[in-house]
Amino acid sequence: MEPRGLRIALRIWVVLVLLLLFVPIALILLYAFDRSNVESWPIPGFTVRWFSVAWHDPDVRQALLLSVKVGLLATVIAMGLGTAVAYAVHSFRFFGREAISFFLVLPLALPGIITGIALSSFFAFRGIQLSIVTIVIGHATFCIVVVYNNIIARLRRVPGSLAEASMDLGARGWQTMRFVTLPMVATSLVSGALLAFALSFDEVIVTVFTAGAQNTLPLWIFGAIRLGQQLPEVNAVVSVIIAATIIPVALAARIAGSGSVTRSARAVEKARG
Amino acid sequence: MGRPRPGGGRPEPPAAAPGPGGGWPGLSAALWRRPWARATLLLTPALAWFVLIYLAALVVLLITAFWRINAFTTNIERVWNLGNFTLIFENPAYRDIVLRTVGMAAAVTVADAIIAFPFAYYMARLASHRTRTVLYVAILLPLWASYLAKVYAWLLIFTHDGLLNWSLGKAGVGPVNLIYTNWAVFIVFCYIWLPFMIIPVYAALERIPSSQIEASQDLGARTWRTLRLVILPLVLPGLVAGSIFTFSLTLGDFITPILIGGTGSNFMGNVIEQSVGIANNVPFAAAMALIPVAIMAVYLLGARALGAFRAL
Amino acid sequence: MMAGKRNASRAARSALILVAAGLLAAGCGSSSGGTGGSGGSPGAAATGAAGKVPTANLPTLKTVGKGEGTLNLIAWEGYLQPQWVKPFENQTGCQVHATYAGTSDQMVTLMKNGGGGQYDMVSSSGDADLRIIYAGDARPVNISLIPAWKDFFPAFKSPAFNTVNGVHYGVSLQWGPNVLMYNKKSFPVAPTSWNVIYSPKYKGQVTVPDNPIQIADAALYLKAHNPALKITDPYELTQPQFQASVKLLAGQRPLIKKYWGLASQEISEFKNGDATVGAGWPYQVSALKGTNFPIGAVIPKEGATGWADTWMLAARAPHPNCAYLWMRYISTPKVQAEQAVSYGETPDNKLACPLMNKLQKGSCDLYHANAPQSYFNSISLWKTPVVTCDNGQQDCVPYSQWQQAWTTQVTQ
Repeated sequence: MEPRGLRIALRIWVVLVLLLLFVPIALILLYAFDRSNVESWPIPGFTVRWFSVAWHDPDVRQALLLSVKVGLLATVIAMGLGTAVAYAVHSFRFFGREAISFFLVLPLALPGIITGIALSSFFAFRGIQLSIVTIVIGHATFCIVVVYNNIIARLRRVPGSLAEASMDLGARGWQTMRFVTLPMVATSLVSGALLAFALSFDEVIVTVFTAGAQNTLPLWIFGAIRLGQQLPEVNAVVSVIIAATIIPVALAARIAGSGSVTRSARAVEKARG
Repeated sequence: MGRPRPGGGRPEPPAAAPGPGGGWPGLSAALWRRPWARATLLLTPALAWFVLIYLAALVVLLITAFWRINAFTTNIERVWNLGNFTLIFENPAYRDIVLRTVGMAAAVTVADAIIAFPFAYYMARLASHRTRTVLYVAILLPLWASYLAKVYAWLLIFTHDGLLNWSLGKAGVGPVNLIYTNWAVFIVFCYIWLPFMIIPVYAALERIPSSQIEASQDLGARTWRTLRLVILPLVLPGLVAGSIFTFSLTLGDFITPILIGGTGSNFMGNVIEQSVGIANNVPFAAAMALIPVAIMAVYLLGARALGAFRAL
Repeated sequence: MMAGKRNASRAARSALILVAAGLLAAGCGSSSGGTGGSGGSPGAAATGAAGKVPTANLPTLKTVGKGEGTLNLIAWEGYLQPQWVKPFENQTGCQVHATYAGTSDQMVTLMKNGGGGQYDMVSSSGDADLRIIYAGDARPVNISLIPAWKDFFPAFKSPAFNTVNGVHYGVSLQWGPNVLMYNKKSFPVAPTSWNVIYSPKYKGQVTVPDNPIQIADAALYLKAHNPALKITDPYELTQPQFQASVKLLAGQRPLIKKYWGLASQEISEFKNGDATVGAGWPYQVSALKGTNFPIGAVIPKEGATGWADTWMLAARAPHPNCAYLWMRYISTPKVQAEQAVSYGETPDNKLACPLMNKLQKGSCDLYHANAPQSYFNSISLWKTPVVTCDNGQQDCVPYSQWQQAWTTQVTQ
């Protein structure tokens, strides 16, 4: 359908964009082996000691643990609340529905610094001490929105006829939900949860304002950047994380990017003519 | 026709007797007959979160903008005044900062849209299933590399004796002076937010049925016309959705300007962050923060009109 | 059409209700919330020099008990190197958790973070200490629990910036200058005056700290080069003197490659060839020397600004025993020597000098650990500019104006 010249041009474009995306990533990996502790180019020599340094660094371990904890908590809260709201907004007509869909976008649409300083002054206002709880509150707020968006996008693509058919066959509300709707949104729930966890794990701007004396991994990284004397340790940690996440990300891409539900929905459309 | 019904208005449930399975048949039936009860049950936790925490926090921020701090101890004094706003509007430095930030956000958005569109088009319409998955992984993977690490990598690329000038030197071209300038900040922003633009645009492109494109071509339109008159309008919600991310993320970011920017790189996010984290002048920061809030509110209303929320 | 209008007004109505609910939720907190940090404390006067310290009568620790296992510290980059932190952690079991700050302002703010119960101590400089004290964020220290204190130089035992009415709010740490750093390859002959950082000859190669207190550096320069202004104390500037200093800095901006906010930025700038001359801390000099970079540092003939640091005790320190254990540890001659040599500053403990020479030959003289009075007089230590000048007049420019001028006229 597209002319051949255009296809070739598009292929070249994709390759260029991929190069752009991955040159900095390659650099991150490369500098993890930098012999010098102050980073510059060209790299004077290579060593693997930074991985050992990172492994034995209690600050890294604490920060990593905290980031994982916060990510899991925020994602679980987001999955529960986000799914419930998406389902309600999609299925019921009620007072305030339009406003709710609008307000639910705010945590993502407003810059993170706004959420950060709003929450931090709110906590100060109400005398709430900054702690892991406040970090989770900050993260969960935008995680809910991410999950909500993913699920409602999928719900809108799921033909309502399937749910109706289920009810015509005598299934009750929660049965329809459990056996028909939920499986169809399951993959979007998983990809929404993965995206929410990824955003929480790497979140730095809101966390700067809602964390107390605790360090999540990004805060630890920023502290290391301030010192500037052990940066390859940061690269080592980040490299390990990239390596560790290739598999879940590939899985997630398989689930979300394959468009299987879209295709089956379109097939249903075609069949009904 | 078999088009799915719009998401509202569930039809009245059949008045059939409760079917097999599950405990609490009474509760289930009661909930079934009262859709509003189910809706309330589902909505309350999330709404409570939003109203009691997030919206309340935004309201507190709004109120704080009208207070001020004690100059010496920097404790907040709850004295109502418009001092912060007069300061912002009367001082040309702050006006410059606002314009600079909005300009950068717009530039990054446009640039990312241009970079993302061909990429997403290829992914959605030309790539095989396996290639598409690989490309999807390729976009998602950088999201897992720490934002700070990526920005620092760009610092090492752009710095005077860094990778870029080294490569240019090998190619016989003279060095460029990119680090600590707004050009470098622009490039880094475009890089970091690119996946956020590609994903919604790809989703929108993927949803366009081939039948529509084929129909357009059957009617005699060639590629560019089909693109302009058929594809672009359908992809617009995706573009606008992606632009919400790139615009708002750039509007409030202060880390990239700190690490990559130079003397002309004071953006709104920097002013706000310095006010809070350094000067401890939360009222002034709140007043300053209302500007990006107002900008994004306008942007969101426009995006809604263009149908972006259908594409999120 | 009508449905659209109806939807819009319905949306607006429900939006209003949601916002009103948010207002209510926020309002419910206004009476109960806002401890410590918010609400101006009655004693703190606007000028701050006079006035009561809100925490002056808080009880001090009588004896140092067992450590609580954790210690949260706010410190300058380079103050918590593993070299001396690890032995402390092993000895006392207090795991040190560091939060770094790059300016005194940041330290003052961090101390108030979340109502002030987050951190145990802060290594703040003289220009932050009084602000912390008068804001009620510092707690009196029982100086008798710190035996090494009696070996301190007299000037740093009970200095005005951390001791108010005889009550200590921390223990003095170390002090040092803001030096002129230069790349030896670009400056084969060491510069002797600060004029190199104001000279168009080095356009695009200069770096200075992103800190409003830099105005004092400009004032110090003008003190020597523009005697008509009659500047005596670079922190007590009348309006004309202040404006002249700001003007000098605004004129410097085209020469600046970057105003560094993080110590590592200056290290990177010199290392990667972005800057060849600038103002910095001895920490950056040490770090660059450690990578065999040809960096030089000098205190020019006009003198230099500097800082004297104190480990202040937080009013609501969650781990007071660990805090006292730290204060004891960090003031001993051995640790003072280690930190002085590592960072490049001058220890407050008289007995550190010979130990410094053991770690690095000649370091005692290099860092003036014998503290000859002449050296001390050549450094203008940071202090908070307030309205009341030392001579009693009320026309000095307060720090809030320094901050504003810095953001709107210098760095923009």
